[in-house]
Amino acid sequence: MTAALLTVDNLKKHFLIGQTGSALNRQPVTVKAVDGISFEMNAGETLGLVGESGSGKSTVAYVVVGMYQPTGGKIRFLDKDIAYKDKRPKELQKAIQIVFQDPGSSLNPRHTIRQILEMPLRVHQKDKNLLEMVIYLLEIVGLPPETMYRYPRMLSGGEKQIVGIARALATNPQLIILDEPTSALDVSVQAKTINLLLQLQKEFNLSYLFITHDLSLMRNVATRVAIMYLGKICEVAYTSDFFSKPLHPYTQMLLSSIPVVSEEEEALRPKKVISHGEIPSPVNIPKGCSFHTRCPFAMPICMEIDPVFTQMDECHEVRCHLYLPKE
Amino acid sequence: MDSPKTLSMKPNYDIDYIKQLEHNSRREEIGRNWYKFSRNSLSITGLIVVVAVIIIALLAPYISPYPAHAGPFTDFANAKRPPNLTYLLGTDQIGRDILSRIIFGMRSSLLMGVVVLTLVVPPGVFLGLVAGYFHGTWIDTLIMRITDIFLAVPPLILALAVASVLKPNLWNSMMAISLMWWPWYTRLVYGLATTLRNEYFVTAAEVTGASTAHILFREILPNTISPILTKMSIDVAWVIIIGSMLSFVGLGVQPPEPSLGTMIADGSKYLPDQWWIAVFPALAIVVIVLGFNLLGDGIRDMFASEES
Amino acid sequence: MTETSSPLLEIKDLYVNFAVYGGDLRVLDGVNFKMYAGERIGLVGETGCGKTTTMRAVLRVLPTPPARISEGQVFLEGRDILKMKEEELSHVRGKSISMVFQDPTAALNPVFTIGKQMEAVIRNNLLEERKNDSRQVRSVAINALQDVSLADAERLLESYPVQLSGGMRQRICIAMALTTNPQILIADEPGTSLDVTIQDQILRLLRDLVENRNMSVILITHTLGVVRELTNRVYVMYAGSIVETANTERIFQQPLHPYSKGLIATVPRLTGGGIANGIPGHIPNYHNPPTGCRFHPRCTQVAEICRMQKPPLIEVEQNHSVACFLYSSEQKVNL
Repeated sequence: MTAALLTVDNLKKHFLIGQTGSALNRQPVTVKAVDGISFEMNAGETLGLVGESGSGKSTVAYVVVGMYQPTGGKIRFLDKDIAYKDKRPKELQKAIQIVFQDPGSSLNPRHTIRQILEMPLRVHQKDKNLLEMVIYLLEIVGLPPETMYRYPRMLSGGEKQIVGIARALATNPQLIILDEPTSALDVSVQAKTINLLLQLQKEFNLSYLFITHDLSLMRNVATRVAIMYLGKICEVAYTSDFFSKPLHPYTQMLLSSIPVVSEEEEALRPKKVISHGEIPSPVNIPKGCSFHTRCPFAMPICMEIDPVFTQMDECHEVRCHLYLPKE
Repeated sequence: MDSPKTLSMKPNYDIDYIKQLEHNSRREEIGRNWYKFSRNSLSITGLIVVVAVIIIALLAPYISPYPAHAGPFTDFANAKRPPNLTYLLGTDQIGRDILSRIIFGMRSSLLMGVVVLTLVVPPGVFLGLVAGYFHGTWIDTLIMRITDIFLAVPPLILALAVASVLKPNLWNSMMAISLMWWPWYTRLVYGLATTLRNEYFVTAAEVTGASTAHILFREILPNTISPILTKMSIDVAWVIIIGSMLSFVGLGVQPPEPSLGTMIADGSKYLPDQWWIAVFPALAIVVIVLGFNLLGDGIRDMFASEES
Repeated sequence: MTETSSPLLEIKDLYVNFAVYGGDLRVLDGVNFKMYAGERIGLVGETGCGKTTTMRAVLRVLPTPPARISEGQVFLEGRDILKMKEEELSHVRGKSISMVFQDPTAALNPVFTIGKQMEAVIRNNLLEERKNDSRQVRSVAINALQDVSLADAERLLESYPVQLSGGMRQRICIAMALTTNPQILIADEPGTSLDVTIQDQILRLLRDLVENRNMSVILITHTLGVVRELTNRVYVMYAGSIVETANTERIFQQPLHPYSKGLIATVPRLTGGGIANGIPGHIPNYHNPPTGCRFHPRCTQVAEICRMQKPPLIEVEQNHSVACFLYSSEQKVNL
């Protein structure tokens, strides 16, 4: 295997949201939405980036796709640095695409599906026969050609989301960022959408950066899972390791909170970590390990020093004082 | 590893079938819009009035009983005649047929409405789109502060000022009204565009690399059409009213050319005894204004229920 | 137990139509539902299958028109809610049945403090002579907030909804729903707009509260995991009618109706193994619903009769009823 498809190195994204203090002594107030995260993705892989609201997972997605400029850190795509570029070159816009969470807002209500799918084609596949391409796109996502002249409001939520996927595919991308693509859908519709995504992944060797809060879904979809809390990654591992040996107390809390539908699943849930407290505001991130305010195993050191990653197994890393080698 | 497939396969399709689909869906869309518009009988009334006014205005020289009365004409023998069979709505103080003059007056009123909106809407909308899309940048500040300045001057005063500096006539009063009218469209579209720019479909176009022109005119503009159209239909009425006001105070259309505003102004001197001289032109304004307002409501209904 | 006592809430053959462009849509197509005191019921089904419409019909808060309750009865302790006068009805809505909504943000008025909103609810339900005793009202409010494990209740009463997190708002909504000590609590997707750790806290809180007060709960949701955590009986709804009902444990172990089976199979499991493609097609268009069993176009085991007749809800085992012709032969054996 050559270099990774996507390398994110110490990525930071801070937002200035206002100022405090007197007129003479202004202090900027920033939200550290993403505060130094690093990960790698290989071609054909699905990385599940899991976290609660306010964890910064969507910000990561938006920085990778180029909606935001990072505050710090590096993003490399196919070994080319892509951060800090004012406007991305065409090949890059083509290679990285995104599917949004809200199927209602992601399709222009005044455009027909044909117009919606022609937009990326006009930018990137000008030489091709647009009509033919639109029909082909609908064919590969399993929508009938009749869909072409419908407006988004005439489609169900699931169909809208599939059109969103088709639009992302139109540029023939290598990496698709899926920002909670199924969280607004019913489970039965979610199942179909996810299976379509998996089939497309195989067919076109796509990589997915899957942003979600749904761990059960990631168990079935992701190659690797990374957990985010307040702008940082707490634990990252291959999916099977992750679910059989969850290490970070936050991971355990998440797992024990998931409502499940069978006894076998219940057996998998860690019992001992009962959820309490709420995710603090990212304006006021707790000192030390940011999770210490909710952690049942918090030690004095956790309030002072932010732990570094410990390599537990091959590709299983956790950022917690419990696992740091004692000196 | 197999080399991954790319999007290059040729699908099977029947071009005639696709064309048929396109045709059908377009017809269906028109049918649906008409259904929504026509559900309210008042909208239909508005449409009928507006169409009638337009036809009457266009055909003025052919359908008015005394086309010559719209020009320099006097017939003191028949002055101040009440409505009768020869002069259906009576005659004015110098013996001109009021019906004929109303028909020609509608013509200039309508012309004023159409010309002003054609002058005002494109730049107003364009500036609003640009300022809204570049919300928070210097472009936004520049455009919107200029807009604010224009909005801060009382509109009628501005129009009066301009109209009194320029030579008073129909064209100059249209210029004056246009100058005070565009900021309203900028404001309207600005408000819509600042919200729309955050919609994910705009973001999707941005990250795909669509041009700014595409985003402004293909993604955002279509979503502002319904409030713009609604505002336009109501504004035609407003422009007619303001145009009539300018004429009323002598800064608009100059005699002997007929204008509904001047007719009311002249006729008001003869109230209440020769009421018909002022009342019929006033009624004409009421009918036109009401017609356009009802049409505006219908257009709003047509688009509103489409979104729900 | 269920045979002897009479139900607390019973819905009998409820039909609701909506008049819209293109026709009269039958959105509820004969809903039958029984609830006994102390039961915790989960009403599940896909979006648009009529769960919320059913509960709105029960509380008579459907927008009429376009909605119209064309047939049916809703008995609360033997009295038909659908025939009640407005006065009686407000008593039912306030004191007998309370509701907690999915979106706590929309349920609270942003321009009033929490205290103002809670006091309004409490005043409506206090006895006449105690209504104007503001100390009394306030202490009821504080107690209610403490009941939902909110610390610092005094300060909370002075806050506005925007100053609070989603989880706190949801707790406040629950507190408000419980101030009247209702017999029945209807919870429409509680906590599903919240994060999983917060949702877990809310569900635990709800479970404790209803167990302590022996309250009956109807939980409307499409999240099956939540149903399994919180309820002891499940009603599965599809396109306007109940297709299956059984004890919660039973339905997750052995669902009978093809729709319930499909629904449960599509839930992603923590144990992995991929996601079943589940039920083909989607919820029918109410403009032109399928004939016979409304599920038949999506059913993998469809028979001729399914296209002609609507299957009745038949008890195939004790406490386990299903509306499907696949099981009607067993019913004959039982007879």
